[in-house]
Amino acid sequence: MQIQLNGESREIEAPTLALLVAELGLETRTIAIEYNLEVAPKSGWGQCQIHTGDRIEVVQMIGGG
Amino acid sequence: MIDFTEEQIERYSRHIILPEVGAEGQSKLLESKVFMIGAGGLGSPVAYYLAAAGVGTIGIADADVVDMSNLQRQIIHNQDRVGMPKVESARETIQALNPDVQVNTYNYRIDADNVREIIRDYDLIIDGCDNFPTRFLVNDACFFEHKTLISGAMFRFEGQVATFKPHADKEGPCYRCLYPEPPPNGLVPSCSEAGILGALAGAVGTIQAVEAVKELLGIGDSLSGRLMIFDALRMEWKKLKLRQDPGCPLCGTKPTITDLVTYEQACELQLGHS
Repeated sequence: MQIQLNGESREIEAPTLALLVAELGLETRTIAIEYNLEVAPKSGWGQCQIHTGDRIEVVQMIGGG
Repeated sequence: MIDFTEEQIERYSRHIILPEVGAEGQSKLLESKVFMIGAGGLGSPVAYYLAAAGVGTIGIADADVVDMSNLQRQIIHNQDRVGMPKVESARETIQALNPDVQVNTYNYRIDADNVREIIRDYDLIIDGCDNFPTRFLVNDACFFEHKTLISGAMFRFEGQVATFKPHADKEGPCYRCLYPEPPPNGLVPSCSEAGILGALAGAVGTIQAVEAVKELLGIGDSLSGRLMIFDALRMEWKKLKLRQDPGCPLCGTKPTITDLVTYEQACELQLGHS
């Protein structure tokens, strides 16, 4: 299905956020996921269903001060 | 309410005429105690503005000394202070700006043995440190001590700011609701490894300072439950909703963290607080 990933249209297979992260090969321990302008709680990634047109952005963990 | 001196009335007049602040709010600021972790890029503007605002007591923790490479963004220090402990340099700048402010310095690393006792004395905690072990430690300590935490972080051209106060905001998240565990060593590069745009520190740190004053005064909308993300290259601020994660290991429904945890430092470059 077609989603907006990090501001660009992208065709993906994964039906959930957990599977999307795996499909994209992302390191889960250093990111948060923005899902339609909300941070998707990490413990719910497996249940969070992705729909066509969803806007998903990867938020990188940063720690500089 | 405290009795203002003539000089104080003049100094804080632009605050006092704001209906949301007033003499009462200014008095509250003068009686407030804020603890900052890091006197670096973020800590510099935070300390400057809180001192200018007349926050009565500012505690600053940082184990580092001023280095020439800090001066590109850590504006509370200057060239004459290279080699001086950052907390001493910050104290000198603050006292020159506003003698109303009492500065407490902590020229050592905040760790599991001292953090809870230190923050207990303060009304509000501001994190602008440069390493993940300290970020998680401070979050957990604030959770256990019921302290509001205004957390800021930056990297290259990006900044993130959030307020965590699950003790006061029933639905409010903590830092671990956003990032449950520190990243494995080496997976997230430090600023010294990847660089940082100096003025970004001002953009992110002043947001923290604004939110600190609002939290102290109890005015406006709190950033609790929101994550602000700043992209300097696109010049975009985004405000995302950030919920409490029921699976959070600290503040979730079945917490697995019930005491402070010490994480190992990723690398020697990050040994300081900023």
